[in-house]
Amino acid sequence: MTLTGFTTSWKSAAVTLALGIVLLAALPSVLDDYTLLQMTIYLVMSVLAVSLGFIWGYSGILCFGQAAFFGLGAYTYAIAVVNMNDSTVPLLLSIVVPALFAAVLGYVIFYGRLSDVYMGVITLTVTLILFNMINSTAGPEWKIGNAPLGGFNGIPAIPPLNWPGNIDETITPRGMFNLSFGVLLAVYAGLRWLIASRIGHVIIAIKENEQRAQLLGYDARAYKLFAFTLGGAIAGLAGCLFANWGAFTSPTIFGLAQSAQIIIWVIVGGLGTLVGPVVGCMLIQWLTTQIGTQQTFNSNLVLGAILVVFVLLVPRGLVPSLGDLLARLFRRRPVEPAEPVGRVEEGRA
Amino acid sequence: MLTIQGLSAGYGAIPVLHHITATIAAGESVGILGHNGMGKTTLLRCLIGALRVTAGSVGFEGHDVTRLAPHARARLGMAYVPQGREIFASLSTLDNLRMGLVKTGERSKDAIDALLAHFPRLKPLLDRPGGSLSGGEQQLLALARALAGKPKLLLLDEPTEGIQPSIIEEIGETLTRLRDELGLTIVLVEQNLDFIATVSQRVLVIKRGQLGAEIPREHLDDLALMSEYTGVHA
Amino acid sequence: MTAGVTPLLQTHDLNVRFGGVHATRDVNFTLAEAELRCVIGPNGAGKSTFFKLLTGQVKPTSGRILFRGKDISKMQPHDPGRLGIGIKTQVPSLFNGLSVWENVWLSARRTNPPKIANDVTRQTLERVGMLADSKAITGTLAHGQRQWVELGVVLAADPPLILLDEPAAGMSDAEVMRTAELILEINRQHALVVVEHDMSFIRMIAKKVTVLHQGQVIREDVPDRIMSDPLVQQIYLGKKAH
Repeated sequence: MTLTGFTTSWKSAAVTLALGIVLLAALPSVLDDYTLLQMTIYLVMSVLAVSLGFIWGYSGILCFGQAAFFGLGAYTYAIAVVNMNDSTVPLLLSIVVPALFAAVLGYVIFYGRLSDVYMGVITLTVTLILFNMINSTAGPEWKIGNAPLGGFNGIPAIPPLNWPGNIDETITPRGMFNLSFGVLLAVYAGLRWLIASRIGHVIIAIKENEQRAQLLGYDARAYKLFAFTLGGAIAGLAGCLFANWGAFTSPTIFGLAQSAQIIIWVIVGGLGTLVGPVVGCMLIQWLTTQIGTQQTFNSNLVLGAILVVFVLLVPRGLVPSLGDLLARLFRRRPVEPAEPVGRVEEGRA
Repeated sequence: MLTIQGLSAGYGAIPVLHHITATIAAGESVGILGHNGMGKTTLLRCLIGALRVTAGSVGFEGHDVTRLAPHARARLGMAYVPQGREIFASLSTLDNLRMGLVKTGERSKDAIDALLAHFPRLKPLLDRPGGSLSGGEQQLLALARALAGKPKLLLLDEPTEGIQPSIIEEIGETLTRLRDELGLTIVLVEQNLDFIATVSQRVLVIKRGQLGAEIPREHLDDLALMSEYTGVHA
Repeated sequence: MTAGVTPLLQTHDLNVRFGGVHATRDVNFTLAEAELRCVIGPNGAGKSTFFKLLTGQVKPTSGRILFRGKDISKMQPHDPGRLGIGIKTQVPSLFNGLSVWENVWLSARRTNPPKIANDVTRQTLERVGMLADSKAITGTLAHGQRQWVELGVVLAADPPLILLDEPAAGMSDAEVMRTAELILEINRQHALVVVEHDMSFIRMIAKKVTVLHQGQVIREDVPDRIMSDPLVQQIYLGKKAH
């Protein structure tokens, strides 16, 4: 089987999931609590990265404001759990609210047949609007139910997830690690399944050639709306996990920097794959942490340099380029033509 | 004028051309016939430099151009009209033609007028954006633009595709005239046997990436014989 | 045409103007079920524009288009496919990053459950001679092969009306003959409108030819009479009698 055949088949999904499950089971026994905590945030951000990787790489939607859904998920969870105490409904809301928001936004953009440029501009603007809005809610008068929005201070001491129905059994750091890893694997499996289904094929076809897909009778607007909404829901779920990890959320979650980072993770890791964004996210998060421990270089400067290097030298991203390399190593030698076509004539001088 | 020596090329792992060798004299007009997928477009792309060769060389007027970029080959006097037109859709017809003059740096008005004398059909279309022209009109524009740069060698990939019969005749006449009057060297890839017979002095066959023997002119009318040459059976 | 039978396609005084160009002028066009019509005309006569009107890519400035009696003048882009109009465009429009199989499968799968879609895909690929290349990535194929794939994509949806814009372009003589045979075979169950320039090809397939010139229908007749018509020869055919 060719490498391309492998990577798009269920076999590669099975291998990846198996690897993931093994790591999920093994890591908590080898790593200490502090490292597990570090890994958890990488995993949470990976879920966010996968959400953009899906809508951009498979549906061709370059959303500059995936952070908006991420932030909405975090804030929705925080506000809901402060009000409701039991975390079950807040968890669900943290998925539903961003999804609805994405659905409305998506409807306006896709059914209004706005071009890709508008998608970028509108989503970027929306995330900045949310940032500014939430940022200015510092006063005590700004609250939803019992939850003060906190403005630029953010919402501290967010109650963690509890077992449904049992408020006292809250999630532990190890539990968070397991949950985040589990969510990442579940999202990966779900998206791989979707991509292999007819809906997934149509979504990819629309990205390839929207006009031809429409001429075949597929309503491109509906499929793009579905993909965009799903991306928003996944990002929202990541937001909920984020609020749990740090027990804290603030408006910077809606910031330009956050949105840009997600895009960089996907570019570095590899657009067009689901594993790529995860690799890109983890690598850059880890690098950022490492760079942060020394004083010589500003971390943003280093990240910028990395992005430039990647765009110039590894334009397809890490995972696809690695795949190409492996393909070349394992490729069979090219087949020569069966027989010569007759005398090959030398042209007249 | 054009020397091709042991040329091999392909796309990634897939080899397409195998040891192509041919020489084309200045002022000569050569036609290349071939079934789809045999390498006609690949060969032209190698000649203009749009595709890297994996072996062999290309010589143009004594210079080795094998590693030369397309724009450098254009400056030396090679012009290419690709399959699929590739005109600048957002520029007007007139601007498309002017783009062809960039290399020669001529005063555009006189040069354009001289060019339009060969392509009168483009005159009423000068202000329209290239993308709004019909397929056939775009093909004419692509051809005119290539000739605007007064090339010494013209590489044509199926120039009659999508053109109405009367204009095909006109193009044939124009190319023959340019060949005879200005000594234009032409390498023409075509499926239209009438056209290739009109414009070319000799016709070669490309089959599975290899260049075959010259086809005698009298065989061009015989469909059965032609099927034998191209390896395609109806 | 038998009185009382609804034609498959009918246009009434169809006009389209854009950018100062009157691309389609008072076109009245009628096509019966399973009829095969060829449309010829000089470059710029409005042939592709006419097709774009039939697929909703261009909206008429005035006039109506009726498909089986239903007014389709204002269609959404995904309506033609659902109504039963398939088009092979002048420049092949395909999913370049996907394989040949996947291209045709997407067309077959829209109206068929998975197993039948697979069968239809295989049969269609066999019909257009691309089964051996079904795993090839469409963007890497030569131009003529892409034409075959697109024909397969259109056929797999089994539409009652098939529009072919220059199906013989970029094909060798032998392939042109194969295309003609295929079109005649398709015509047994589908109506076809074929735009072409290759007169020998048209002779092989057409019973009736419509001639467009500057957006208008100027002649509609059997091939022989069209080709000996002096006006058609002057504006289109040229000196050689094809």
